[in-house]
Amino acid sequence: MQEAVSRFVRDGDTVVLEGFTHLIPFAAGHEIIRQRRRDLALVRLTPDLLMDQMVAAGAARKLIFGWLGNPGVGSLHAVRRAVERAYPGPLEIEEYSHFGLLCRYKAAASGLPFFPLRGYRGTDLPRVNPHLKQVVCPFTGETLDAVSALHADVAIVNAQRADSQGNTQIWGLVGAQREAAFAARRVIVVVEEIVPEDVVRADPNRTQIPSVVVDAVVEEPWSAHPSFVQGYYDRDNAAYLAWDRITRDPAELERYLDEWVHGLPDRAAYLTRLGEVTQDRLRPGPRLAGPVDYGDYR
Amino acid sequence: MTSGAGAPTRAEIMVFAACREVRDGDCVFVGVGLPNLAVQLALRLHAPRCHLIYESGVFGARPVRLPISIGDPCLVSGAAQVLPMAETFLYFLQGGRTDLGFLGAAQIDRYGNLNTTVVGPDYDHPRVRLPGAGGAPDIALNARRTVVIARQDRRKFVERLDFRTTVGWAEGGTSRRAMGAPGGGPARVITDLGVYGFDAGTREMTLESVHPGVTLEQVREATGWDLKVSSSLGATEAPDEAMLRLLREELDPDRIYLKG
Repeated sequence: MQEAVSRFVRDGDTVVLEGFTHLIPFAAGHEIIRQRRRDLALVRLTPDLLMDQMVAAGAARKLIFGWLGNPGVGSLHAVRRAVERAYPGPLEIEEYSHFGLLCRYKAAASGLPFFPLRGYRGTDLPRVNPHLKQVVCPFTGETLDAVSALHADVAIVNAQRADSQGNTQIWGLVGAQREAAFAARRVIVVVEEIVPEDVVRADPNRTQIPSVVVDAVVEEPWSAHPSFVQGYYDRDNAAYLAWDRITRDPAELERYLDEWVHGLPDRAAYLTRLGEVTQDRLRPGPRLAGPVDYGDYR
Repeated sequence: MTSGAGAPTRAEIMVFAACREVRDGDCVFVGVGLPNLAVQLALRLHAPRCHLIYESGVFGARPVRLPISIGDPCLVSGAAQVLPMAETFLYFLQGGRTDLGFLGAAQIDRYGNLNTTVVGPDYDHPRVRLPGAGGAPDIALNARRTVVIARQDRRKFVERLDFRTTVGWAEGGTSRRAMGAPGGGPARVITDLGVYGFDAGTREMTLESVHPGVTLEQVREATGWDLKVSSSLGATEAPDEAMLRLLREELDPDRIYLKG
């Protein structure tokens, strides 16, 4: 992880950190904080705890997003302090609906300059975001909304597994992982396990991201904690609840970063600190899919 | 005495009112919290064939525990389909396959327009920065019916929104249709005080029923404009004991969402 972040994430970059509730790249975000990257434009449909931590750590200049919050719990107070009071410094924001930001990924991934949608009519969003424009359909004459392609410098996506080439398989919520990967110039994939190539090739429908767009594959178990990885570990809801107290107090947040990010060399140390009891609590029982027959066509 | 007994709380009355908005066979865009409980209840009562869609990319969810977020892993295990988020918005919403969507809001106006973006008149220096749009604008624009669920007070029920994140009936009358919004618009607003519909002509929010124990005066007090009241104003139907037992013992036994 250390090497992947130091090689592919640079100061000032536009960095997409995707994963919708599922597969949030906490380990990668923490490494970015540890390496003290600065002036990043962070892009994410749903900035949550990780973005709160990265903003508090001073890594971000800008946030591009659709919905920010600690889902079901409350606010991201570090982000709010930055937006409401420019504390400890200002934070530029650029906001979309989820659909709008997804369409920005889709345009970039498809090599199009923009993507049309019906999305913003009747809302105040275009008034505060100059990137939301309109386009007239050449076939029907309907005025449609349009968002521009978002070409990120780097996308970091977590997944269950990949082969060493970067063919990446995801099950459960796939979110915007594929669009984000195809839309970025550089891609880091972080997986629970690296598996032999024939494991991937035995089930190609499960591959969301092909090796050809992947620059680095990092194997790091529990790299999405406190979010979850379907079939590997559950969401650590207690950690999301606990965050509400931490984020309200800048000093408390600073202590958290010292203890859980700056004070640890890597994810393995994080996992040791997390402890076996928590890990056992979060491991689900099995619920296997049945095998399918792809057929042997010789 | 079992936990199934005892008078329904305001939250339980809200869930039951929301549950009655679900029709059998509906494709329902569900949020977490009260809407989720409402749809789970509907599945067990009158709408066993409704389809639960979550914007996280799940169609036909059958959660075996109470989901804590719209991306809870329990929504995936046993679901009929998992699809990329972009396709969920493109095909289920923009493609016109959603019958009912549930929404929440920090501020709502008399035409059911919603604010979840900022509190305060200056967007660049907000008094409170709220979560933002998420999936709401597209649910509101495209679903055949939407139902808003919110707690009611004068800070929420406002004469004028600080920011319009999500369009309801726009400026009322035919203005929503004139802007080319494909979906059917808000059908109901359910609060902890009462249930509202929208006038078929003016599209103004109209109080249709007050919950048991709530007075019309209380509702007016909690509304930031001169509230329209239906000539056939009634009392909101409360869940019976069997429904309460279902809610309290099976659907939310830890009372995560039903408190209060």
